[in-house]
Amino acid sequence: MSRIDFDVAHLLAGTLVLISFLELYQDRLYALLNVYAAHAFVLAASVAWQAYVQDAPHLYVTAVIALAFKAIVIPVTLHRIIAKLGIHREIEKVVGVGTAMLAGIGLVALSMVVMLRVTHGADPLAREDLAFALSVVLLGLLMMVTRRNAVSQVVGFMSLENGLVLAATGAKGMPLVVEISVAFSILIALIVIGIFLFRIRERFDTVDVQALERYRGERR
Amino acid sequence: MTIDALTGVLAIPAIAAALLAMLPGYRATARINILATALTLLCALSLFFRRPEPGAYLLLDDLNATFIVLTAFIGFTTSIFSASYIGHELATGRLTPPFVRFYHAMYQVLMFAMNLALIANNIGLMWVAIEMATLTTVLMVGIYRTHEALEAAWKYFILGSVGIALALFGTILVYMAARPVVGEGLDAMVWTILVKRAAAFDPALLDVAFVFLLLGYGTKVGLAPLHAWLPDAHAEGPTPISAVLSGLLLNVALYALLRFKMLLAVNPGALAPGPLMVTLGLISLVFAAFMLYRRRDIKRMFAYSSIEHMGIITFAFGMGGPLANFAGLLHMTMHSLTKSAIFFAVGHVTQVKGTQRIADIGGLTETNPVLGWGLVLGVVAIAGLPPLGIFMSEFLLVSSTFARAPWLALVLVFGILIGIAALFLRLNGIAFGQPRGPVGKTQASYVPMFAHLALVLSAGIYLPPALVAWFQNVAGLLG
Repeated sequence: MSRIDFDVAHLLAGTLVLISFLELYQDRLYALLNVYAAHAFVLAASVAWQAYVQDAPHLYVTAVIALAFKAIVIPVTLHRIIAKLGIHREIEKVVGVGTAMLAGIGLVALSMVVMLRVTHGADPLAREDLAFALSVVLLGLLMMVTRRNAVSQVVGFMSLENGLVLAATGAKGMPLVVEISVAFSILIALIVIGIFLFRIRERFDTVDVQALERYRGERR
Repeated sequence: MTIDALTGVLAIPAIAAALLAMLPGYRATARINILATALTLLCALSLFFRRPEPGAYLLLDDLNATFIVLTAFIGFTTSIFSASYIGHELATGRLTPPFVRFYHAMYQVLMFAMNLALIANNIGLMWVAIEMATLTTVLMVGIYRTHEALEAAWKYFILGSVGIALALFGTILVYMAARPVVGEGLDAMVWTILVKRAAAFDPALLDVAFVFLLLGYGTKVGLAPLHAWLPDAHAEGPTPISAVLSGLLLNVALYALLRFKMLLAVNPGALAPGPLMVTLGLISLVFAAFMLYRRRDIKRMFAYSSIEHMGIITFAFGMGGPLANFAGLLHMTMHSLTKSAIFFAVGHVTQVKGTQRIADIGGLTETNPVLGWGLVLGVVAIAGLPPLGIFMSEFLLVSSTFARAPWLALVLVFGILIGIAALFLRLNGIAFGQPRGPVGKTQASYVPMFAHLALVLSAGIYLPPALVAWFQNVAGLLG
């Protein structure tokens, strides 16, 4: 593997982690969706690069799915849903930006320590890719727990899933990657349809998940 | 491709799902649903006699044969219960015909997904199947479209998705560990090949992978503290789905964990998965036992009881060894049968009373004797009183644990006793005393409930030697 292959893969995966940080401090829904579209775009580039480097043409399918579905269709659909349901545009956070960023830095450090230590046998490309992927996954989880708004939790889940696709494509020669990315796309599509069909806005008057919790079965 | 029983357990639900999605009408579709599950059960039983060779995607061994037969059997009895339950829901207008059509199709898709997860030989395929099972149950939990049902479905959706996402990360890590040894490509995800070569895998990578798998699939098993979705999903969905969730889907997720546990057991350098499972199991048991006290919703209460029993089963498999594994398998079978029988009874009780609030349900043995005594028998069985089946598995587990780790056995017994007391406290108000709440009528089908309870009772009194030998064999496989 030549030097430039490694550098570009590294650059793209690192950018993905950075964009995850950008998502962490967005406080408007539309801005968050734009950042997520950028996240998916970088993922598509990264997967395409892996397809090229590993000489694995089937990964181009995953790249196209990431580009068309996650970078374009999903953000556009969510834009429309937000407009249609009239969801208020500001995101309520559980903790402040500073705390969330610090926690994020801690999580990235944690995933570096864990992954680089346990994978010293693997080849360097897969190794660092995996460390970055775990960072993206953990940042996605952090976003889901620090937001109260259902749409931004879904965005958190989707960026978590981008991290998984990054890990799966980084693992050289892994079978079923395309199938798994398709299965995940179905899952995400259903979640997005779920926001709309369940009419969270209509039923609960807000997409704030805290309002949903009022209905928990114990207090009826 | 030759048609064998293994393709049968997949093809029948798949075809039935497509058929049911197209056909209108309730009576005919309910019968087709029953017929399809009956055929699946026959196929599953025939697996005992003729066994196909494992391929790159599908596998059949003694371990998953046990699970498949259990799944097919409870799937069949639940479809009978479901026919009368759904009939009542249609009559009262809680469900409309399009939703019933959707429900039946989803029921078969769920059966397909669970069977696929059980016979998958490829860890990636297994993951996809479990994801599919999660999605179908999410759709069914939200089917009533009430505030509570939607909230439960949403919560289940988000937590379940995070769980399966973590499980996928663990699966990728297992592939990474296998790749240097097995080589690139499909072989490095085939379970039978993995387990043969696992001794040479990098232990550190396997350790991290197992932690992710435990958290991921553990969410689906409903282990505390990852259980938050479970009570809501059980309480708000249609009762047949509660029965299938408790009796089957939790087992399927546990089965996935067991497969990976077997993988780690082969590798001498990897961490022992046992203590982790023992800890999570005990936490779930004690936590759920205490939570049983303050339940006001009858389905929610039995959902917590499921968490309790999944804790016991996880504990048993975590202890390992022939005796504890045997107890775990027996407990799993008995719990599936008993809990689904209880949900059959509860389903009709809530239809008769028109509510799930425990405070509004009383004196059932007087107003609806058959239903009331069925429920009493079920609760006696689930609490683990002799001479029923669960007593036997709990007794085996407790006595074998006392010999190996007395302190753990103390916690185990403590948790079980707390759980029993809570169940009887509530049962007393529900089944005996002054009749409370409205008295309605329902077209109940008692056959599935009493069939399950009879099996549990007979297993408690006399276990056929063939069954004992079979379970011993499987327990040996689990190591």
